[in-house]
Parts: sequence; structure tokens; C-alpha cells
Amino acid sequence: MKTPAMIIGLLALAGTLLPSAIFMVQSIQAGAGAAPSMSNDMVKTIMLASTVAWFAAAPFWMKVE
Amino acid sequence: MSDLMHDVETVLHDVEELEHAASSEFERRRVPEKALKGPTAFWGMYAGEHTAGTEFMIGPLFVKWGADAFGLIVGLFLGNLLAVLTWRYLTATIACSERLTLYYKLEKIAGGWLVKLYNLANGLLFCFLAGSMITVSATAVGPFFPAGTIEMPTFQSTMPTGPAWIISCVVIGVAMTTVALKGYGVVAQVGHFAAPWMFLIFVSCALITLGRLHTADVWALLTPAEGTPRTISFLGIVFFGWFCNAAMHLGMADLSVLRFAKRPSAGWASASGMFLGHYVAWICAALLLIYWVRERGVDPQVGKDPGTMVNDAVGWAGLICVIIAGWTTANPTIYRAGLAFQAMIPGITRSAATMLAGGLCIAAGIFPAFAMNLLDFVGIYGTILAPVGAIIVVDHFFADAVGIPRDPAARTGSVFNMSVLVSWLVPVAAGMWLYKTQGVFASYLPLPCAVACGLIYIVLSKMAARDALPVRAS
Repeated sequence: MKTPAMIIGLLALAGTLLPSAIFMVQSIQAGAGAAPSMSNDMVKTIMLASTVAWFAAAPFWMKVE
Repeated sequence: MSDLMHDVETVLHDVEELEHAASSEFERRRVPEKALKGPTAFWGMYAGEHTAGTEFMIGPLFVKWGADAFGLIVGLFLGNLLAVLTWRYLTATIACSERLTLYYKLEKIAGGWLVKLYNLANGLLFCFLAGSMITVSATAVGPFFPAGTIEMPTFQSTMPTGPAWIISCVVIGVAMTTVALKGYGVVAQVGHFAAPWMFLIFVSCALITLGRLHTADVWALLTPAEGTPRTISFLGIVFFGWFCNAAMHLGMADLSVLRFAKRPSAGWASASGMFLGHYVAWICAALLLIYWVRERGVDPQVGKDPGTMVNDAVGWAGLICVIIAGWTTANPTIYRAGLAFQAMIPGITRSAATMLAGGLCIAAGIFPAFAMNLLDFVGIYGTILAPVGAIIVVDHFFADAVGIPRDPAARTGSVFNMSVLVSWLVPVAAGMWLYKTQGVFASYLPLPCAVACGLIYIVLSKMAARDALPVRAS
């Protein structure tokens, strides 16, 4: 159980950071007035899902024996 | 991949073991060799402990105070570096030599009654600090309700903004106190779950802000607009970064944790807290307000509450972060304040003492004045508590050289060392006078107050030793 939980946890951390990084890069490349393909709302949704995944997975591998 | 996961798991396990040991073991004796821990646990602990809800306030407050890019990027770097050096060369050195808690070491120098007085001061200051964290967390409640339901405080708010605000603070404060009643283990565990995720939320807030402003030029963004009043200088930023945790390093509160380190080099672990939790998180939080100033026309002197800014940038994940970031730091703070009150009030149970501390924290949290003046408050916090550390520094490094006894209270069986009380209170009173009447920035005060305290302690201890000689001779 620990290994899958740890994989989900690490993916959740990636899901917390990467969408905003992609948003930043796309927004800067597109410039003012153009919308990035990764919208801010999409970033928010992915981050919320990642947050839920993190707190669901973390107790299985961070718990003290 | 499996090696990486094993390493991560080992570090997290070490951190939890360390915090459990620091809170409950070897309170009145040296930590034995077998209980010592390697450096990894300390790196994880410091990173988690110094990423708190209040970071969401401190970054924007720098913007309000007109801090410039050089001050924020170079000044904060220098200040945090000096803090790490203080942890490494003062706190960790003494901790690994003495291997005692601050309280027991202080009892050996100052006597049991003075430790209780220190505990009271510490407990009350903890309550105000936790109150600020309740205020920050309560700002995250507003966006869950229709606009205008809860009026959010601004930088200029000192009084509660209305009944809905008070209810938000009370609900969050009661939840925090209830968890604190369950003890340190539950509190520490939630903190560990949240720590790595919380840091990434801070970074994500900054990345979204940079994307919305269509630039990666952080230096240009951190440069205040022409005409912005400048309340904090470069030196002020350096000193704030250095002394915002003065009670922990110069004040020696972290003796309780670092006494478990195998070597003083574990003091370098504080860099994880200073450079991830403070340096990066403060600049990320500052960028949030800069976006609102540039794009939404918010006056930096009025500011915007953290909950609204974070919700706007990263949504509900950010709101959960604001609540949890305040919660995970306020919980141990309420717990420690409860322990301090329990030591002061004879016969009171730990639960009752924790509820008393929680009640004070909630009362402080309802009034935004504490959170909105956090830059001053942490300076005052350090000014009051850091001098006690200077007495320990003198006792450890200089007592033999200047000819005063080490651990005087333990030698004589005294419960109240008057030299310590006078050495502590005189510089603190002078410092508070300078702050109140001369407008001296509070973060400038911990260092001179601590140095003055150490010098006065040497003089008074030499006088006391000289007075004692004829008595012994007779």
C-alpha cells in the first residue's frame, strides 16, 4: 500500500506545481491580450484535484509506525 | 525511483521521531548518545516549521512598507543567511555541548521561579502569534461565501470587521484548540502531511502571478512605483530576516531541538526553513499583492486579505493552504502556550491550560491589529525573549574567562537569580521605550538588547560573587 500511495503523493506534488509553471510559460510566450491554452481555471481545478490526492495518499506513507 | 521514495520516507520518519523526542524526552538530563539523530531530520523539521500562514501576511506587508527589489532579494538573503549562521555557530554549538533544553539550562542559571516568569512571557507572546495565524486562516473563509457576507480586514484594520468575521475566527480558533488538546503527535503529523505541498502552493501562487503579468522579471515587479512611501530600509529588511525568529536562535529556544543533533553542523539545517519557508515564500506572497496593486488598482497601504488573493490565483487549493498553513503552525503554538500556562498555574490540568491559551489566541485573532502589525510584533517578540539567550551564551562561552560561576542557581540551590532578572528586564524596558517613544524599528532591538543583557549579567554576577566572598570567608 505504501509504494502506490507514495507514487500518488509524488504525482500530486507534481500536479500542484507543474500546471502553474505551464500557465506562466504559456502566458509569457503568448503576451498580453492572448490567452494561454492552459487557462487559470484549469490550473485551479488540477491543483484542487492534486491537493485532494496528496492528503488522501500522504497518511499511508508518512504515518509513524 | 524506489531509492528516492525510501529516502523521502526515512527523512519524514526521522522528523516525526525528532519532534516527538524534543517535546517529551530527557527534559531534565543530558540527551544520551543513543538518542542522537543525524542531520536529515533537522532539514525536514526546519523546512516544515518555517512555512506558515503568517508568510502570506509578511510578504504583502513588505510591499506596504515600500521595500524595493534590492532589499527583498539581497537584503532578505543576507538576513536569512545571518539567521542560519546564528543557529549554526551559537544555538547548535551550545546545544551539542550542553545537550539540555532551554528551560533546564535556564533553571540552572536563573532558578526555577525565573523560568516560570520566562514561561509566562513566552506563553503570552505565543498566544498573540497564534492569534495572527487565526486571523490569516479566517481570511480564507470569506471566498467560500457570497461576496460581502464576511467583510475582510485590510492592513488598516485594527478592530473586528463584523459579526461574520468574529464567527469565522471563533470557529477556526475552536477547531485549532480542539486539535491542540489532542497533544503534540496529532499536531505534528498534520504539519508533516502539509509541509511539502504548502511550499509548492506558495511557489504556484508566484508562477500564476508572473504569468498574469506576462513577465518573468521579478526584479522589475518588486520595484515599487514612483512615490511609494518607503517605511523600511535595506538594513531594516536585513535585520527583519535575521531576527524574526530571534527567540529561536539568539534566544536559544531551539536548544530543545538541536540538543538531539550528533554534531553542531546540524545547525545548517535551519537554511531549509530560512530559504524555502521565509526567503522564497515571502517573495511569492509579496508578488500576490503586487499583482493586485498593478492590475486591480489596490492601494498598497490598504492591501488585500491573503484569502482573497490566494483564491484568485490558485483557487480552492490555495484557500485550503491558507487555512492549513495557519492551522499547522498555530496548533503547536497553542499547545506550547498551554504548557507554559500549566507550569505557571498550580493544579491546572493540561487540557484546561490549553483551553485557556486557545481562548486568548481566539481573542487576539478576532482583532486584526496583531496580524496587520506582524513586522513589528515579531521584532518585539525577539526583543523580549532573545536576551535570555544572551545569558546562556555568557554562561557557556565566557563565564570562566570573566571569572563568574557557571550555572550559579544550580550551585547555590537558588530559585530566583536576581542578576538574571535585572539583566533581562533593564535592556528590554529600554528597548520597548525606544520602540514606543522614538519609533525605532522593532527588529533593530533584539541584538542590542541581547548584548546589553549579556554585559549587565557579567557585571552583576561579578558583583554578586565579590559580595559572596566575605560571607564565605567569615
